[in-house]
Amino acid sequence: MASMRDIKRRKSSIQGTQQITKAMKLVSTVKLQRAKANAERSKVYFESMFDTVNSILSRVGHVEHRYLVPGESPKKAVIVITSNRGLAGGYNSNVIKLVTRHETWQKEDLSIYALGNKGREAFARNGYTVRETLPEVIEDPAYADAMLLSKRLLERFAEGEFGEIYLAYTSFKNTVSHEPKLLRLLPVNREELESSGKEADAIMNFEPEDIEALDMIIPKYITSLIYGAMVEAVASENGARMQAMDSATSNAEEIINDLALKYNRARQGSITQELTEIIAGAEALG
Amino acid sequence: MADNQNFHLRIITPDRLFYEGDVDMVEFNTTEGEIGVLPGHIPLTVIVKPGILVITEKDGEKDAALHAGFAEILPEGITILAEIVEWPEEIDAHRAEEALHRAQDRLASKTPETDIARAETALMRAMARIEVLK
Repeated sequence: MASMRDIKRRKSSIQGTQQITKAMKLVSTVKLQRAKANAERSKVYFESMFDTVNSILSRVGHVEHRYLVPGESPKKAVIVITSNRGLAGGYNSNVIKLVTRHETWQKEDLSIYALGNKGREAFARNGYTVRETLPEVIEDPAYADAMLLSKRLLERFAEGEFGEIYLAYTSFKNTVSHEPKLLRLLPVNREELESSGKEADAIMNFEPEDIEALDMIIPKYITSLIYGAMVEAVASENGARMQAMDSATSNAEEIINDLALKYNRARQGSITQELTEIIAGAEALG
Repeated sequence: MADNQNFHLRIITPDRLFYEGDVDMVEFNTTEGEIGVLPGHIPLTVIVKPGILVITEKDGEKDAALHAGFAEILPEGITILAEIVEWPEEIDAHRAEEALHRAQDRLASKTPETDIARAETALMRAMARIEVLK
């Protein structure tokens, strides 16, 4: 049995850890509230955007628009949104797995756009091409950042460097449920839009004409998808970290209770032993 | 024809609801030119170009600088999905002036590498900001 001093030392070290996890949990809870409010606000914008794009697409019929057909290049750009810091449970590895365990993708064809340091580290370690790293973007998601990123990607797509563009992120359902998602940004996924959108308004007119309108609206649509993913990912990150820290705190509690029991036993053991020794000594004298 | 009809304006940006309320008229700049929208307009979707947004309410006018986005016009209201829109009090006059000069310089001394479209957009934005402050 470990000595009383050892047990005491171990217990106080775990108590220290518990204090840290407790504090981190509180911080994540506050951050989560803010991120959640952001995510909810951006949802209104995104939904209106989705409806409009949907109504345009359902009107133009099957046009050969450059944003609606895949490019010829086999190369794919993948935006991966992870966190900058760890201690968030499976949050980062779940998103990364979406890309590394994809059934048909070849490592050589992928160019990773890593939003968040954890993603960059993991992909660089596994030999993927990390084209860009934007760690500061997810600290405080701004629409302007999403605009710049989507502009760069659309240019590369137009130049023919990438045939397809994907987005991997963790979607935020509620505080306890987050789901890693892989989304195709370009070419625009018509089936998905048409199947889930509402019935289009048949009498809507467009100025400029439909095709030109698509040219201008699709980049905005892509930007809103990226921005939406950023705010949702931040909310999920804090949710995941809150859960991870919550379970770490209760685990620490369990260990502390266990150690307290062991400590008391050891103390009782040493008292019993001392008593036995005293009695034995007294008997020997008598 | 639409005197007693409420004309509802909603301006949504990615991170906030910029404006919501019943209005008499909305004027702004689009890729096809400046337009003024009254209640009962035919359904129309237009793309926004940098310019001044004038909201005419029952008791006065409100101005804002509207830079990018698009608008969905329906007979009973307008929804503007604005990427960038600012009230006058949110604009830094000094910064706008600087941006104006920068864009003018870039257009004046243009080389083949100059991104003219970008400089022009920057110029229009700066002009809209300054105009709305007057």
